Amino acid sequence: MNAHDTLIPQIGVITDVRIDTPDIKTFRVVTPDGKKAFDHRPGQCAMLSIPGVGEAMFSITSSPTNEEYMEFSIKKCGCVTDWLHQAEVGQQLTIRGPYGRPFPVDDEFAGKNMLFIAGGVGLAPLRSVINYCRHYRDRYGDIDIVYGSRSKDDLLDYEEIINEWANDAGVNVHLTIDNPQEGWDGHVGFVPNYVKELGFSTDKTAVLCGPPIMIKFTLEGLIALGFDKTQVYTTLELRMKCGVGKCGRCNVGAKYVCKDGPVFRCDELDELPDEY
Amino acid sequence: MRKCALSAMNDIFAAIASSKTVYLPVDGADGNAAFTKWEDGLVWSHALNTVRSPKDFFFPQTEDLMAFKTEGKTIEVIDIRKESEDFVIFGVRACDVKSFDVLDRVFLSEPVDSFYASRREHGVIVSLACSRPSETCFCGTFGIDATAPAGDVTAWKTEDTVYFEANTAKGAALLKDIEALTEEASDDAVKAQQEKTKTILAKLPLANLTTEAFGGGKTKEFFNHPAWEELSQACLGCGTCTFVCPTCQCYDIKEFNTGNGVVRYRCWDSCMYSEFTKMAHGNNRLTQKERFRQRFMHKLVYYPENNDGLFSCVGCGRCLSKCPISMNIVKVMKTIGGNNG
Amino acid sequence: MQKVTASQLIDRAAALLSDGSVSAVLGWKQGEFDYDITPAVFADEQALRDAFVWNDFCGANFSKYLLKATKKVDGKVLVFLKPCDTYSFNQLLTEHRFDRDKVYAIGIPCEGMADIDKVKAQSGDGIVSIACGETIQVTTLYNDAPVSVELADVLEERCANCKSKKHVAYDELLGDEGDVLDSARFDEVAQLEAMTPDERFAFWQEHLSRCIRCNACRDVCPACTCEKCVFDNPASGVENKAPANEFEEKMFHIIRAFHVAGRCTDCGECSRVCPQNIPLHLLNRKFIKDMNDNYGEYQAGAEVGSRAPLVDFTLDDPEAADVLDRRG
Repeated sequence: MNAHDTLIPQIGVITDVRIDTPDIKTFRVVTPDGKKAFDHRPGQCAMLSIPGVGEAMFSITSSPTNEEYMEFSIKKCGCVTDWLHQAEVGQQLTIRGPYGRPFPVDDEFAGKNMLFIAGGVGLAPLRSVINYCRHYRDRYGDIDIVYGSRSKDDLLDYEEIINEWANDAGVNVHLTIDNPQEGWDGHVGFVPNYVKELGFSTDKTAVLCGPPIMIKFTLEGLIALGFDKTQVYTTLELRMKCGVGKCGRCNVGAKYVCKDGPVFRCDELDELPDEY
Repeated sequence: MRKCALSAMNDIFAAIASSKTVYLPVDGADGNAAFTKWEDGLVWSHALNTVRSPKDFFFPQTEDLMAFKTEGKTIEVIDIRKESEDFVIFGVRACDVKSFDVLDRVFLSEPVDSFYASRREHGVIVSLACSRPSETCFCGTFGIDATAPAGDVTAWKTEDTVYFEANTAKGAALLKDIEALTEEASDDAVKAQQEKTKTILAKLPLANLTTEAFGGGKTKEFFNHPAWEELSQACLGCGTCTFVCPTCQCYDIKEFNTGNGVVRYRCWDSCMYSEFTKMAHGNNRLTQKERFRQRFMHKLVYYPENNDGLFSCVGCGRCLSKCPISMNIVKVMKTIGGNNG
Repeated sequence: MQKVTASQLIDRAAALLSDGSVSAVLGWKQGEFDYDITPAVFADEQALRDAFVWNDFCGANFSKYLLKATKKVDGKVLVFLKPCDTYSFNQLLTEHRFDRDKVYAIGIPCEGMADIDKVKAQSGDGIVSIACGETIQVTTLYNDAPVSVELADVLEERCANCKSKKHVAYDELLGDEGDVLDSARFDEVAQLEAMTPDERFAFWQEHLSRCIRCNACRDVCPACTCEKCVFDNPASGVENKAPANEFEEKMFHIIRAFHVAGRCTDCGECSRVCPQNIPLHLLNRKFIKDMNDNYGEYQAGAEVGSRAPLVDFTLDDPEAADVLDRRG
């Protein structure tokens, strides 16, 4: 039997491990012959596994415009991630995908001013779409990025944000950390409050990703600023096994997060039962 | 329509078994019928149905998907799939035949599950019309005609005769294989049986149960219904309903270290289990009420929403007779659906 | 025929609810077909009058339900206990699984419970209604007149081999107290012991290979009250939902039998709920018989606080070698 099956993965090789924060590492992955395992769209995910340890879904952090490799920023929080965090360059893993509905970067996002709001490791899925928008800079209006974490050390992709994103024309980066810290002269405070303080105008499309509590309060803040839920996008995360809407695990109401998500527009979430 | 004497079925099974594996319901020592691989002399059960549904034939309880060999930092993926053998399942009831439609819409939709698809291609279904339904039967609720089941071949069993009618090319080929053992027959006896059965079906205790209240788009109407609390109160959180259900298809993917490599396999899973949605950092269904609700909302609302109104229940009644606390979809439909049946 | 009637139980429960002695009643709820009865918590008299039943099909043992009910309900929970249920009740108290002060237990005599499969073997399928009286009157779609079935002929296995009609725990007893019985419950174990190892293996192989790992036996078992079962815990290394190989389901049942050994009261719920009719009680009874033989008669749950032989050391305990010798 030779038919390909989506459950059967390819081999990937870790070619770089970057320590981002005390509990987040970014892994660069290619196939054994040095190519990208598959093409994807911003916001899509891939199943990574270490045989004998387990398989888990991760958002692809790198932009599709990167034609050489894929990156995954992974927080240490379970069997698979614990194992990956001790993996070295050259380690193989298995990879299958891409899975899920991506951000509508070429449709609803086209021509829009973009507002990206992330907390903690929530920047990981947004990095892909942010870099996509930066790559096709002329297709989008102004880009605002609000990103917060517990401390300066917990800010993911800090070097890239400071040295690249912040230097782009029309890209405004607003960083914040939860508590004051020596050597930090930026903003201090939680992301939802910072968003309110920054008081964005409603001519933007917002994309949120972070802990559920951050999403909840940030969304409330945006609504208070006059945003409509149809202007706000977020991504969900639930336990997944197959990645293709069959194993029955990640559904919220009639939607499967793996297939119909992970990207949802906030007015779509209103249609779902409160079970995510 | 073809027919043969019931007493000649052993010869029919033998003839088919020369080229294909034959399965049929056989009475076990425990008093229940179970689909069993035919061997000479095994007798076709008269039981209304098996405890375990025929979904195993296409979606087995456990199934190896692939193997891995790891050495140092390298991993090798080994495709361990074997070509499915041709097989024939005899005696699949109308409800269970319909369950294959429900499973097909999951496993044969893109991306096609090649494991399931291969078995479907190689399987021939000989269905069997019902003549003595049980009080737990309610296939009619889902528009299923127990007297005329679908399948590649439909069979009707009377006291001494078995009638066959092919419905598909696969079925016609099967009947061709046993042509010498069967003879042309009129459908009078079948029609008579169907009429008689229909009068019984109309008298079943659940004959008036309807799906009217349910279907896609009803999530908001039912999700926060106050009755979920009471309905789920005594639920043990076991997997009996799920595992005897012909349409439940949720699965888990797990690994088994053979000591000589890793085998990744899938196995049936149950949304009734406490770990079903547990992640490294949380669980979005913390109580049995939520898990219980998920199972019935899936069958009565979510699945039809995604599948043109088809419900993922076929009214086979297995959960009615097997749930340890006698809680089941009928009680849910009557309670939540209001004034029903 | 049961010796107390449903209306006696309802009246008593309603009185206790109305005077505030209890705030909820754990009882059996009417189903669709008279035999498919569901355990339920009744909060008021109307609910009791609407749906509370007590007949020959009330097999469910409520002891384990007390774990949840006593935590959920403010005030006392009234529970009706059949004699065999009282053993599980005591065993759970011995293991400090619920707060005795939150329970008002009414012992009710039991003439044994009917096995619906055995009823159907006599009446045929297609049951329209069942009336439990002097005999069980079964009306079906396929018989012109109701079929009369004697309860004694259709008893569940555990009831046919009833070990005790005596209640070992209650706050109040309705009806007459019974006696501990001289049960034949170990006869089938003795038959298994008389088999050759190969025959015995074949016996269990045949039965256990039907297991679908639904966990109903474990989930209903009053001795299985771990907060997190090893078989559900991914971190345990033995977690499994389905047999990964041929021996898996045997291992599950054998490990479970070991874990409840000395604590199993032989209530028989495991076999009652098994959808595949696996005689699981025989595994537990084998342990009980061995403990009786090796350490002297012991009935788990006969009294609160007793120490089971397997967790108690006495100087009279036989040495392993003696046990082996005795077996020959």
